[in-house]
Amino acid sequence: MMKFTLAWLKEHLDTDQSLSALADKLTMIGLEVERIEDKAKEFAPFVIAQVTDAKQHPNADRLRVCMVDTGSGDPVQVVCGAPNARTGMKCVFAPPGAFIPGKNITLGVGKIRDVESRGMLVSEFELQLSEDHEGIIDLPDDAPVGEPYAKYAGLDDPVIEINLTPNRGDATGVHGIARDLAAADMGKLIDPAVKQIKGEFPCPVKVTLDFGATPSLCPAFGLRLVRGVKNRPSPDWLQKRLIAIGLRPINALVDITNFITYDRGRPLHVFDAAKVRGNLVVRRARLGETLLALDGKTYTLDDTMCVIADDEGVESLSGIMGGEKTGCSETTTDVLIESALWEPMNIAQTGRRLGVNSDARYRFERGVDPAFMLPGLELATHMVMDFTGGTPSEITVAGSAEPVERVIDFPQSELKRLAGLTVPLSEMRRVLERLGFFVAGQGEYVKIAVPSWRPDIEGKADVVEEVVRILGVERVPPTPFDRGEAPRKPVLTPIQVRTRKAKRALAARNLVEAVTWSFIAAQPAELFGGGKLELKLANPIAADLSDMRPSLIPGLIAAAQKNADRGFSDVGLFEVGQIFRGDQPADQLTAAAGIRRALAKPSGIGRHWSKPKDEGEVGAFDAKADALAVLTAAGASPQALQVVPGGPAWFHPGRSGTIQIGPQNVLGHFGELHPNALQALDAEAPLVGFEVILERIPDPKTKGTRAKPALELSPFQPVDRDFAFVVDRNVKAADIVRAALSADRKLITGVTVFDIYEGQGIEPGKKSIAIAVTLQPRDKTMTDAEIEALASKIVGEVNKRTGGVLRA
Amino acid sequence: MTNGAPINLDPKAEEEILGKIAAAENETALEAIRVAELGSNGRITTFARLIGSMPPEQRKHNGIIINQIKNRITAAIEVRREALKDFALAERLNSESVDVTLPVREAPFEVGRIHPITQVVDELTAIFADMGFAVAEGPDIETDDYNFTKLNFPENHPARLMHDTFFFNPKPDGSRLLLRTHTSPVQVRTMLTQKPPIRAIIPGRTYRCDSDQTHTPMFHQIEGLVIDRHSHLGHLKWILEEFCKAFFEVDRVGMRFRPSFFPFTEPSLEVDIQCRRDKGEIRFGEGSDWLEILGCGMVHPNVMRNCGLDPDEYQGFAWGMGIDRVAMLKYGMPDLRAFFEADVRWLDHYGFRPLDFPTLAGGLSS
Repeated sequence: MMKFTLAWLKEHLDTDQSLSALADKLTMIGLEVERIEDKAKEFAPFVIAQVTDAKQHPNADRLRVCMVDTGSGDPVQVVCGAPNARTGMKCVFAPPGAFIPGKNITLGVGKIRDVESRGMLVSEFELQLSEDHEGIIDLPDDAPVGEPYAKYAGLDDPVIEINLTPNRGDATGVHGIARDLAAADMGKLIDPAVKQIKGEFPCPVKVTLDFGATPSLCPAFGLRLVRGVKNRPSPDWLQKRLIAIGLRPINALVDITNFITYDRGRPLHVFDAAKVRGNLVVRRARLGETLLALDGKTYTLDDTMCVIADDEGVESLSGIMGGEKTGCSETTTDVLIESALWEPMNIAQTGRRLGVNSDARYRFERGVDPAFMLPGLELATHMVMDFTGGTPSEITVAGSAEPVERVIDFPQSELKRLAGLTVPLSEMRRVLERLGFFVAGQGEYVKIAVPSWRPDIEGKADVVEEVVRILGVERVPPTPFDRGEAPRKPVLTPIQVRTRKAKRALAARNLVEAVTWSFIAAQPAELFGGGKLELKLANPIAADLSDMRPSLIPGLIAAAQKNADRGFSDVGLFEVGQIFRGDQPADQLTAAAGIRRALAKPSGIGRHWSKPKDEGEVGAFDAKADALAVLTAAGASPQALQVVPGGPAWFHPGRSGTIQIGPQNVLGHFGELHPNALQALDAEAPLVGFEVILERIPDPKTKGTRAKPALELSPFQPVDRDFAFVVDRNVKAADIVRAALSADRKLITGVTVFDIYEGQGIEPGKKSIAIAVTLQPRDKTMTDAEIEALASKIVGEVNKRTGGVLRA
Repeated sequence: MTNGAPINLDPKAEEEILGKIAAAENETALEAIRVAELGSNGRITTFARLIGSMPPEQRKHNGIIINQIKNRITAAIEVRREALKDFALAERLNSESVDVTLPVREAPFEVGRIHPITQVVDELTAIFADMGFAVAEGPDIETDDYNFTKLNFPENHPARLMHDTFFFNPKPDGSRLLLRTHTSPVQVRTMLTQKPPIRAIIPGRTYRCDSDQTHTPMFHQIEGLVIDRHSHLGHLKWILEEFCKAFFEVDRVGMRFRPSFFPFTEPSLEVDIQCRRDKGEIRFGEGSDWLEILGCGMVHPNVMRNCGLDPDEYQGFAWGMGIDRVAMLKYGMPDLRAFFEADVRWLDHYGFRPLDFPTLAGGLSS
C-alpha cells in the first residue's frame, strides 16, 4: 500500500484541485485510490476550549462540574469525571450531537447525578488517537480557544491510500504520483534539482561488490559518512507526516530514510558507523549465515540472498532490512548513509522466501529509479545535516548507477491500431513529456526515450497505455464489433455439448446439481482408485483437500451425508465435472456422477401415499436408470450399451454393474455403494450411485445430411407372444433377451422382461423369467403355423444359450 | 276359443304390468317381466295369438287394441331399462370416486436443480455465441510455463505474488506442475493451436490457495480472447458494454474503465459498473456506486510472441471475470462459500430448473 497525505502531495504538485477531484483522477489514471481518511471531517465538532471554572459535583465525589469557554458565546456547563480537569486548563470540547469514535456514541444533553451536562471534555482514547484514557487532553496554555482541534493538532491533513499495481515502482513515492497528476492536467509538478554536497573528506569505509563468478545482485552501491551528528527526535512536521501514514517516528536519522522512501520512492539505509567493523562487502550470503534484523527477528540466509557484510559478518539484508547491531540510535554520532540498486527479482525472491515485507522491499522489487540513487543520497545528507548537524564525507560508489538508455521507435498510428484512438502528435507529446519521456521527430515514426524511473515501459504497447491512461480511457470510442466473416457453426465442442445435456438430463430426473472441490482427502482418493503421488498437492490449503479427485462419488457422498446430518436424509445429488487419472491434460476426464440416498427415488423423493410398485429405499436399479439416462442424453446409442455384473471395489459386488461397449470401452459403473466404502467416508446406507465418463461415448458418425433415414411402416399388426422360462438363479436376464432376439433378427422387434419369480412352484436355485416377444411381420400376415414355428425357435435358442425351459 | 265370444284383456292387466315394470329393480327383473308378458309364451303374446282365430270384425278390433297394449308395454320396458342403466352407472361412478385433494408427486424436472454456476455459464455462452465466440477449454493441471511464463509473468516477479498458487511436488527434472490460477493458460493453448482470427470464451475452474469470507480455494473464471488484424480497445469496450446490458438484462449500464496492470495485457484496464446498493440488494444501471467486475486489456506483445504470433501483424484483446462473482451480483447470493457446500436448501433456493435453459430468444433468466 502506498500512503501519503494531501499536504505532502502538494509539496510536489502545485494545484488548486479539490481532494475529491485529485482522488478521482488518481483512480482514473491507474493509481486506484483505496481509501481516504479525512480526520478533519471526522473531528469537525471538536474544538479547543478552556475550563473557566471547575467545582466539585454536589452529588458525586469523583465528578466535577466545569464551566467551559468554547470560544462561542456563553460558557457551557459540562460534568466531567477526569482526574485532571481543573480551572484554567485548555482542553478539547465535544458539543451535543458529536460522535465520539472511542466510545461509539453520539452525545446528547443529559443530567449526570442531577446536574445538567451539555457536552464532553474528551481524552485521546475517546478520539481514538491513543490508548490514553487516564485523563482528558491537556493542551498548552497558548492553544487558541474556539479553533478546530484537528487543525491545531495537525490532524486535518487527509491521508490517501493507493492500491498500487506491481508495475509502478515510480509511484511508490509522492513525487512520482505528483508527476502522473501533473501529466493529467491536475497541477504543475514541483521538481527542484537536488543540490550536490561537496564532501569534506574521503569516505573512510570502502565498499566492494564481490559476487565472484556468480551474477551480480547489486548494480551499484553509494555510501557516505556524516561525522559528528547529534541524533535526536526528528522535527515535529516530519513526525506528524510519518504518523499520518502509519509509521512510528524513531529518531531523526531513521525517520529521514523512511521519509525519503515515501517521498521519492528511494529506500535508504543508515548504519551507525561506530558499530561497523572495517570495510563493507556486498556479496551473496553464505549458507547458514544469520542476521538479527531491525524487526527483532533472526533470519537464516543462503547463497541466493544478497547481503552487506563487514569484518564481523552480515550487517544488512540488502534492499530489504538492516541489521539490529549496526542500527542508528540516539547515541549515534557518525552515520553511514547507503543508497544502492538491487536486482528486483532477487529482492522479491529473498523477501518471499524469508517472509519479510518492508517498505524497502516493496520498492526495490518493483524497480527504483537508478538515476536517483545519488540524488537520493544527497537529499538524505541535506536532511541529516539540517536536523542533526555533522560533516559529510565524499560519496564512494561501487558499480555503476548509470541508467541504460531505452528508446522506442513509435509509429503514431499505433495509438489508432491498438486503442482505436486518434490523437494529434502535439497532444501525445505533451502527455509523454510531462511523464518524463522525450519525444523526438515529427513524422509518422517518432523516437521516444523512456525515463529512467519507468523500467516497466518496454515497447510500443506500453507507450499506448501511457497516452490512453493519462488522456482517459473514456476518450476511446466504443466501436461495434461485428461477427464479420465468422461462420455460423456450433460454439461448443462435442464434450461441452455432452456436459450440458448430461446436466439437464440428470436435473430432469430430480437430482440436484452440486459443485464440489476438485481436491479431496488422501484416504477417499486412494479408496476410489486415486492417491497417485503426482496428483498430490505440495501445499494443500487443508489436510482434507490434498489429492486431485479420481472420482466425483466421494465428494457427492460427503455432501449427501452433510445434508443428512442437517436433517435432509432423502438426497439425490449429481455433478458433472473433471476427474484426474494423472497429471497430463489427456488424463483429465469429464465424469457425470450421481448418488441417491434413502428415499430419493427417481419416481419421487420421500414417502408418499401413492406407493408406486418400486416404493421403498433406493436400489441399484435407480442408479442404473440414471446412468443409462445420462449416457443416452449425452449421445450414446442405447442399443450399443452392454451391462455386465460387477464394478469397482467401492460398489457392492453383487449389486453393481458396469456399462460398456465391448470389454475395451468401459463407460461407467452403477450400483449400491460398498459398506466398507461408506464406513470409510463416515456415511450411512442406503446409498446408490453411478459414474460415467463422457469422453468414452463414441463420436457419432458424421453424415453428409441432417435428414433422418426414411421411415418404414409395416401395414401389418405386430404380434405379441409371452414366454416364461425356468432357468438357474444365476442366469442373467440380458442373456435370455439376447437369445430370444437372435431367433429371428428381422421379425422380432422387441423383447421385454415383464416378470421375475422365485418361490413356490419353482425349484430352489431356479427362477422364472417371463418375457414378451414382439413380432413385426413386414410382407404378409403371419399364419398360426408360422408363429408357432418361430415360437419353438425362440424356445430352442433360449434353451441352447441359457439352459432355460418353458415353465409348465 | 270355444264360443267365439269376444275376449277382452282385463283392463287391470295392463295397469298391473306397467306397475311391475316401474317397480323392476334391475335389468334382470325387467327382462323377466318382458319374457313373462311379451316372450313367445308370454301372456300378451298368447292373447294376441288367440285373436287370429276370431271372426274378422273382432279380429280387427282386438288386433288394434292388443297392438297398442303391446307397444305401450314395450315402450315402458325400454324407458325403464334406460333408467335402470343410468342408475347403475351413477351407482358405479359414485362407488369409484377418489379424493382428488390427495397430493400427486411433483414432476421430477420440478424437483431437480441446475447449479447457478452452470446456469450462468450457459447464459454467458448464449451472449457470446451470438457475437461469434466459440467455447474453449483446457486442463486444470497446468505447467508453470503456460500459467505464468508464456503469459509474461517473469520468475519471481511480484505479479506472481498476486496469485497464491497450488503446486504439485517437483518432478525428477525439477519442473513442477500447478493448478491453474486463472483460465488464461487456455489463451496460450488456443493461440498455439489455432490460426487467427480467434474468438474464444474460456470458462473453467481455477484455484488459489486462499480461503476466507470472499475467497475459496477453488472458483470459476471466464475469459474472452480475440486475435485478428484489426480489433482494438474500442471494440473491447463495445463488447463489454453489450455484454453487461445483456447479462444484467438492463437497457443501459454505466461502466467505468480504469487503467490497471496485468502482466499479459498492455494496456490493461479494470472495469467497474455503476450500481445502487439498497438493503443488501444491488441494482444495476442506476445509483452512484461503482463495483469492479472484470479485468481486460490488449494482449501483451510478449504473450503473442511467446505463442508464435507477430504482434505487429496480429493484435487483439482479452478479458476475464469471476463466474461465481457475477452470479452473486446478478442473483444476489450473499456468500461465495455456499456455492461449494452442496446444501440442498441453498441449491433448491438459488438453483435453476432444468428446463429453464437460458436463450437469447426466450430471455436469459425468464
